[in-house]
Amino acid sequence: MPKDILLSVSNLKVKFDEHIILDDISFEIQRDSTLAIIGPNGAGKSVLFRAILGLIPYGGKVEWAPNVRIGYVPQKLAVAKDLPLTVSEFLKFKEKDQKKIENALEAVGFQKGISEHLHNDKRVLGTKLGDLSGGEMQRVMIAYALLGEPHVLLFDEPTAGVDVSGEETIYELISKLQEKADLTIVFISHELEVVYKYATNVFCLNREKVCFGPPKEVIDKESLQKLYGEDIHFYQHHEGNHNEH
Amino acid sequence: MNTNLLFLLLTGALVGAASGYLGSFMVLKRMSLVGDALSHVALPGMAIALTFGLNPILGAFVALTIATVGIWYLAERSEIYPEALVGVFFTASLAIGILVTPQPELLEALFGNLEKIGFVDGIITIVAAAFIFLLAREISEKLLLGVVSEDLARSSGIKMPLINLIYLFLVGSIVALGVKFVGTLLMGALVIVPAAAAKNVAKNIMSYQLLGILFGIFSVVFGVLIAKFVGISSGPAVVLVSIAIFALSYLFKRN
Repeated sequence: MPKDILLSVSNLKVKFDEHIILDDISFEIQRDSTLAIIGPNGAGKSVLFRAILGLIPYGGKVEWAPNVRIGYVPQKLAVAKDLPLTVSEFLKFKEKDQKKIENALEAVGFQKGISEHLHNDKRVLGTKLGDLSGGEMQRVMIAYALLGEPHVLLFDEPTAGVDVSGEETIYELISKLQEKADLTIVFISHELEVVYKYATNVFCLNREKVCFGPPKEVIDKESLQKLYGEDIHFYQHHEGNHNEH
Repeated sequence: MNTNLLFLLLTGALVGAASGYLGSFMVLKRMSLVGDALSHVALPGMAIALTFGLNPILGAFVALTIATVGIWYLAERSEIYPEALVGVFFTASLAIGILVTPQPELLEALFGNLEKIGFVDGIITIVAAAFIFLLAREISEKLLLGVVSEDLARSSGIKMPLINLIYLFLVGSIVALGVKFVGTLLMGALVIVPAAAAKNVAKNIMSYQLLGILFGIFSVVFGVLIAKFVGISSGPAVVLVSIAIFALSYLFKRN
C-alpha cells in the first residue's frame, strides 16, 4: 500500500439477506484530502461507512493505512431527552484530561465566556446530551471524535437535524479542520454546493460506483442522471438552497 | 440488635447496592422488562436444586446463566428487541417453576425468606456482590457509550457484544444472590425500581448511579427491618420500600 494512501477499498460488496446494497465498489482515499460521498436516499452511503468501519459484514477488501486513528461522527443521534449524561461525562469516556476536553470544545466553537456559546446560561460541559440542539449535539460529537487525535474523520451527513444557521457553523468547522495537518475528511452530503466548495474528490454512489474524481471534472449531466434518475431538474432547482433535505 | 441481624443487613445492603448499580444501566438500555422477567427464570433452577438437595442459589445461578446467554443471543441477532419473545419465554419458566418447586419451599422461593439465609450463604453473597460491583464498574463507561450509540462504541474498537454478555451475566448473578431476600417474583423490582427512582432526580450520570446504589441499599435494609419486626415476608417489604422511594422521587421530579 503506497504511503500517501489512507484507505484502499476493492470489490466491496454488502448484502442484507438477499438484497445487494453495495456492489463491486473500489476506490482509494488520499491522505490529507477531503472526499465527499453523494447519492440519492437508499444509495448505500451510510452502509458504505459502516462497512469501512467494520461495523457490518462485507465481501471484498477494506484496507486502512497501518495504525490509522479513525474518528467517526454518526448521523443525527437519537439520544433520549432524559438520559442523565452530561457533555463533560460523555467526553470523559474518551479522554480524562480536562484541559484536552476544553481544547476540543473550543476547537468546535464552544468558547469560554462567550454568552452565545452557553446553553441556557450554563457551560455546555454541564448540559445533558439530550438537552442540546441538533447543531450543538453535532459539534459535541465532532469534539468527541477529535479527542482521539484522528488521522481521518468520517461524517455521516453532518448537517442532518441541524437548523440553517447551525449548518453553516458545521461546514465552517469542517473547512477549518481541513487546514489541520494530516487530517483526512470524508463526508456524506446531499448538497452539491457544499461538495463543490469543500471536496477534493467526490464519490457518486448509487449501489455501485457512478463517478469518482474532482467534483468539477466528474459531476456532469450524465453522472447526475445516473445518480438521481430523470428527475434531475428537480435537484438542480434546489441546488444552493440550504433548506433542502 | 443481635449480630445475626447485623450480618443479614450487611449482606442485604451489598445485594441492594449491586442491584441498584446494575439496574442503572438496565433502565438506560430500556431493558426493564428483561430485568423483571429474568428473575422468574430463577425459580425452576431453585426447584431442581432443591430436588437434588443442592443449594438453591446454585440452581438459580445455573438457570439464570443459561437464560442470560439466550437473551444475549436474541438481542445481538436482531435490530429490534425481541420483547414479546422474552415475555413469553420467562412467564413459561415461571409457570413450570411453580409446578416443579416442592410445595413447602414454594412460598419462600417466590417471596424470599430471611430465616433461611445461613452464614455460608451470607459469605458467598458478600464476596460475590463485591465482585459483581467491581466488574460492573470496570465496564461502566463502555456500557454507557453503547447507550449513546452502539455504532460509536464499536467504531472505537469496543467489543459491544462481549460487554453486553458480561453485563447480562452480572445481572443474572445478582438476581441469583437476591432471590433469598426478595424471592424470584419480586427480585427484578430490586434491580429496576431504585434505578428508575434515581433517574427521576439525577442531574448527571454520577448522581444517577450513586442514588441508584443508595436507594438499593435503603430498600433492602429498611425492608428487612420491617419484615423482621412486623413479621411479614421480606420480598414484598423490600419492594414496597423501593416503590415508596420511587413515588417520592416522582413527586420531586414534578416539582
